[in-house]
Amino acid sequence: MQTSGYRQAFRILIIVMLWAATPAGSLGVEPEDAGTGLPVIPPMNLVAADTPNDNGNGITLRWDCPPGDDGSGAVISGYVVLRSENSREGYLETAVLGPGTAKYIDNGPAADPVTGEKIHFIRNKPYYYRVAARYASGYRAVSGASGPVQGRAQWFHDGKIPVLTATVLFFALVILYIQKARLQGSELYVRPIAGMKEIDNAIGRATEMGRPILYVLGLGSPEDIATIASYTILARVARKTAEYRTELIVPCNEPIVMTIAQETVRNAYMEAGHPDAYSDDMVFFVTSMQFAYVAAVNGLMLREKTATNCYFGKFYAESLLLSETGNIAGSIQVAGTDEVAQLPFFVTTCDYTLIGEELYAASAYLGRDPLLLGALKAQDFAKALVMILIVAGAVLMSFGIDWLLEIITVRM
Amino acid sequence: MKRRVPMLIVSITGFLLTIQYFSPHPASEMFYNNALDWLVIIGIFAMPLGIYSMVRIQFHKVIRRSTGWGYSVIALISLFTMLGLGYTDKCLENGTFFMKLFEYVYIPIQATMFSLLAFYIASAAYRAFRARNLLATIVLTSAVIVMLGRVPIGWAIHPLIPWLADWIMNNPNMAAQRAITIGLGLGAASTAMKIVLGIERSYMGME
Repeated sequence: MQTSGYRQAFRILIIVMLWAATPAGSLGVEPEDAGTGLPVIPPMNLVAADTPNDNGNGITLRWDCPPGDDGSGAVISGYVVLRSENSREGYLETAVLGPGTAKYIDNGPAADPVTGEKIHFIRNKPYYYRVAARYASGYRAVSGASGPVQGRAQWFHDGKIPVLTATVLFFALVILYIQKARLQGSELYVRPIAGMKEIDNAIGRATEMGRPILYVLGLGSPEDIATIASYTILARVARKTAEYRTELIVPCNEPIVMTIAQETVRNAYMEAGHPDAYSDDMVFFVTSMQFAYVAAVNGLMLREKTATNCYFGKFYAESLLLSETGNIAGSIQVAGTDEVAQLPFFVTTCDYTLIGEELYAASAYLGRDPLLLGALKAQDFAKALVMILIVAGAVLMSFGIDWLLEIITVRM
Repeated sequence: MKRRVPMLIVSITGFLLTIQYFSPHPASEMFYNNALDWLVIIGIFAMPLGIYSMVRIQFHKVIRRSTGWGYSVIALISLFTMLGLGYTDKCLENGTFFMKLFEYVYIPIQATMFSLLAFYIASAAYRAFRARNLLATIVLTSAVIVMLGRVPIGWAIHPLIPWLADWIMNNPNMAAQRAITIGLGLGAASTAMKIVLGIERSYMGME
């Protein structure tokens, strides 16, 4: 009995070894496609690997399409991606792909064919994959299993190395030029910005005419850089209006922007020595709706007959509606925005326009603070570096040399 | 202390958010999403401040009988009507009085304001295209070519006009736009760094 038991065990062992030795790629393969006469071959060289530079919610699968797949769907109608927590069984469909596909990033749920329940992809859990080629004639050839593989989260996105390098370089430049500016004081030269110079004259004109000044911060939110730059100019304008006792009107589109603008104007009036002249009625909220805001501000311009209108911040379609109304009303207008699409409208309708980065330079230009001037100089130096890179890149690419492009390309 | 604490919060948050950009890790994503949630929460809390400001200004105008005080009455009535109707059950369903006011009053008024843009563009273009000097003449010539190149009559006049229009848009125009965009990118990065370093303080109401 005992000998018979050993024999039985030996037979089972042989069967298991033979099964294990069967090429994985041949699982479920039919010898020949009856419709086309071509051999039925499953997807080959399936490789499942953790998707790099992600939050761990993806596994990238790559395979070689069988020779009959020309992408037209005539021989192979598509592929089915199968996922399991076990190498031998329990494979569930996670995706159905078109013909000619050789790559897939799995991060979605798999549907249980019995219960219909969606089984979600779980980070750090080992999975096995198979890919089945669906032949147009109805055959289904399943590849061997690949795995186990886990979706792991990365702490650093190495495709963003060029951005990190540029950031560190720029940061170093800013620090370097700020130190330099500290040593030199406010002697650093900044080219005159006509729009900035004209603000003082425009305030003087409003004072002489006895009419108010309108300051529009745009439709930007408080975290927009253009809005932040606008506060600096507002502070300057408010200080002047406080000194000249000219009325200032600041209608706001955003409650937080209004709160900061109120604080900015209040501080400016205090610094000018006229805190009593400040009132919360100067800076007020109108509405968050774009065109309702335009209607309200246009109405203000025409009713109050503002002598000077300042538009600094983020503007969209309302830019022309505002500035053209101001132009019709005969106000002096100065504008600045970082929205490239709105610049032509401001250039056409306003007397002076700060183009793009000039708006950001306003704080340094107005304040003459060496620290701010230093940052401005660093910005100019970085711009020169960008220009050199553009020219060098154009020349190298013209000669078919692409290593510079490879270095600076950001891979998301 | 009143100034240092907010500046410290801004510097630390700014620095962490800079690092966050380079990390796809879930912890980094969670930090970013939490920061955005905080922004929304603060925005919601600020809304009553805005409404209070608006009501106070309009109310003062009515009391003082300032110029155009009638508009203030309409603004206040509209605000409280929509606010009241907005509290009713199922106000966002089709056919409710709230939705009727929105669809038949607010949307047409908004469309009216937007449609004014067409006339304003015509009037601004007329002023811009006057050939006062060499630069204005270049602008005028380019604009005429681009406008003709975008309509069928341009091709009928000469088949080269649409090609020339595309060339102007894709070369000189694109070059100028990219130059501005690069400058803007560096300017924005510089301003962000100034904020993180505590040099730029205008967002706190100080220069």
